[in-house]
Amino acid sequence: MLFDFVFYMFAVIVIVSAMGVVFSKKMMYSAFSLLFTFFGMAGLYVLLSADFVAVTQIMVYVGGILVLIVFGVMLTSKITGVDIKTGTIGKIQLTVGAITSVIVAIILLYTYLSVEWMTSQFQVEVPTTTHFIGFGLFTEYLLPFFVAAILILIAFIGAAKIARRK
Amino acid sequence: MESVNFVYDLLGKNIVAYILLALLPMAFLLPYALVAILGELKISAWIQERLGPMRTGWKGVLQPIAEVVKLLQKEDITPAAVNKPLFNLAPFVMFAGAYAAYAVIPFSSKFVPVNINIGLFYVFAISAFGVIAIVMGGWASNNKYSLLGGMRAAAQMISYEIPIAVAILAIATLAGSLDMQEIIYQQGGGFWNWNIFGGPGSVTKIWVIPFTVTLFLIYFIGSLAETNRVPFDIPEGESEIVAGYHTEYSGMKFAMFFFAEYSNMFIVSAIITILFLGGWQSPFGDFLNGPVWQAFWFVSKAMLFVFLQIWLRWTLPRLRVDQLMYVTWKVMLPISFVAFFAVALCAMIK
Repeated sequence: MLFDFVFYMFAVIVIVSAMGVVFSKKMMYSAFSLLFTFFGMAGLYVLLSADFVAVTQIMVYVGGILVLIVFGVMLTSKITGVDIKTGTIGKIQLTVGAITSVIVAIILLYTYLSVEWMTSQFQVEVPTTTHFIGFGLFTEYLLPFFVAAILILIAFIGAAKIARRK
Repeated sequence: MESVNFVYDLLGKNIVAYILLALLPMAFLLPYALVAILGELKISAWIQERLGPMRTGWKGVLQPIAEVVKLLQKEDITPAAVNKPLFNLAPFVMFAGAYAAYAVIPFSSKFVPVNINIGLFYVFAISAFGVIAIVMGGWASNNKYSLLGGMRAAAQMISYEIPIAVAILAIATLAGSLDMQEIIYQQGGGFWNWNIFGGPGSVTKIWVIPFTVTLFLIYFIGSLAETNRVPFDIPEGESEIVAGYHTEYSGMKFAMFFFAEYSNMFIVSAIITILFLGGWQSPFGDFLNGPVWQAFWFVSKAMLFVFLQIWLRWTLPRLRVDQLMYVTWKVMLPISFVAFFAVALCAMIK
């Protein structure tokens, strides 16, 4: 009962705020709606017993990416915010958008119907996922982990290089 | 694991217990805020050789209550040109972020609202809401000073998060856990086993003490920046940008920003206490180490750091923006890395 209530609460938060991101005409509203989307997603992760992923979600997306997005919007537009026109769309955009949406909808629907879903049990007390994540990263998924690390290092060096060039 | 929560012992795990647990930190937070406001007024006065508030109650001890009543009945002004929805939302996001951190703060071995295994990581992540709220308030105020304040706050908090994260990581490595209760349990048995003295271990741990003390100082300096306290209060530097991100706020909305700042002060002090000073452990080992005494020790240790923050506020001048960035990126970050490797080495050979 409580589990269902909490799940639907977070689901509503995610859906409503995601709609806010897409439909609001002000860039800043979209950016701040994203805050609630990320928060709701973190809540859903917790319900799936993925505590570490949930906290990482808040840490990375709210603490890092969202702040960067907001900074970007603040720096590139006037203080009052720039309006994104949602009313004027050409025929090509409309066609391509409609086709893409239909394809995505079919894929999602097919996945939803064909996969046998495992539902998480609320009463199961999962001790901690941190240990397993750490263990997995340094055994089975060592190569992807290192590739990601090197990618980030390259990005660091590139950013420093671009920033230095005057 | 044994029962860690006296509320569950009394009521069992039901919805009443959950609601009570969610409200209990507030029962601490409200009196704490009054004490901290009085502390701020009185300590600033003593440092400046004044008397401070003297007229409300004996020696002015009722002054914070008068302040709260004043703030409650003030007119809630929303300037005409602000972005209303975001302007009104920002104080709530700020306070929600600050209060959410209390969910995992262990006040005693018998009381922690939610004992999750990644408590340390959670507190660190949830502070992101404060950054977003400050940027939100600064932007929505539609005012150059507020916008500058908000951007300064975000830049500062993001920069100082990194040395803080390294310090937290070092202690997590030393303790081998992100669970706050676990970290505190390991520091039991007298003050010599606290993490500031290298954690529990034989005499050979002495070589690591300079590094843990360094990490402690780095965390403390970084936490001052995280809470926007002097000498890192450039987001609200009066002499440059009026009051920064809360320039346009008044009445209760201002009070919520203010309340969140005080609550953040306690949070960072509590984290320092948990990481380095043994949390609720008594400094004398098992002596005076019952559950109620533990709450006493925890609050006393944390309040010591709140006092320290107030003391520093009225003693030090404010840093310039470039100095601020210099301190974190070129001084604190390299030092924290060196200290981290030393502590990690200690954790390996232990």
